Amino acid sequence: MRLSPDEIIFWQHGFIKLNATLAFTWGLMLVLAVGSKIITRKLSTELKRSRWQNALEIIVTALEKQIEDVGLSQAKKYLPFLGTLFLFVAISALSTLVPGYEPPTSSLSTTAALALCVFVAVPLFGIKELGLGEYVKSYAHPTVIMLPFNIISEVSRTLALAVRLFGNMMSGAMILAILLTITPLLFPIVMTALGLLTGMVQAYIFFILATVYIAAATRVRQSKLEPGAKH
Amino acid sequence: MDTLTLIAVASIVTAGITTSFGAIGPALGEGRAVSTALTALAQQPDASTTITRTLFVGLAMIESTAIYCFVVSMILIFANPFWNHVIAHGAGK
Repeated sequence: MRLSPDEIIFWQHGFIKLNATLAFTWGLMLVLAVGSKIITRKLSTELKRSRWQNALEIIVTALEKQIEDVGLSQAKKYLPFLGTLFLFVAISALSTLVPGYEPPTSSLSTTAALALCVFVAVPLFGIKELGLGEYVKSYAHPTVIMLPFNIISEVSRTLALAVRLFGNMMSGAMILAILLTITPLLFPIVMTALGLLTGMVQAYIFFILATVYIAAATRVRQSKLEPGAKH
Repeated sequence: MDTLTLIAVASIVTAGITTSFGAIGPALGEGRAVSTALTALAQQPDASTTITRTLFVGLAMIESTAIYCFVVSMILIFANPFWNHVIAHGAGK
């Protein structure tokens, strides 16, 4: 039994391997990029719109509203990064409907890469919003004693992001494989439907957690200014 | 019992214990979280979007502890590093 699609190797030349994780990730990237390119080629601002444009508008405005609800007032600035994370995780979970496909997010390498993106993006957005000095000071926010704990939490939440997504997607595939050996007819279908649901929930959670982290990194100054504004 | 059998027994038993104990804590925690969220929803239906979002994020946080236990037990069963090490060592002899 395989633990991740890393172990399906399509092509190998010495050190360089082309495994299923890479291949499916590239496939998803192609589908996402080409699909949105084709849909946005003929955008209309009139009342009559294509179905696909409506679908895309629903997704984009819903994501924007979610980001604003968490507390990032300029959602447009963060939408490209956070929206891409959500779309990639969601599409990689939904594509399990295609036979022979295995979600690349059920490999720890993919989820670690996504979590590392968040790990790098949070300080970048924070520095952009607050300036370098102010952002570094925010690590010692209540007192200097909290400095090591803040740094530890930064690392541990990245690990948690990666392992949570990996565990959820991998367990879905694993339960399916086990059920296929026990009851091959009906239950795998039910579990696939459940897997689609958990995939969407995990995509939402990954997205909302990244948003919350970025909001926490960029909001330090506002909370400091508020008591001053009262005087 | 030789080394391989010992490792297999230890891994399987530990995997079962890990998953069972890893399920108890998060189950209690999630039950409490959901019941509190339902009470809050009944009292303030207007704040449903905020409560639901916070609930989902909180549930994900709680559930990740269960997921850690699950991942550890899966590694113990399907990708056990000690098992592989002993097999590689035995083949080298």
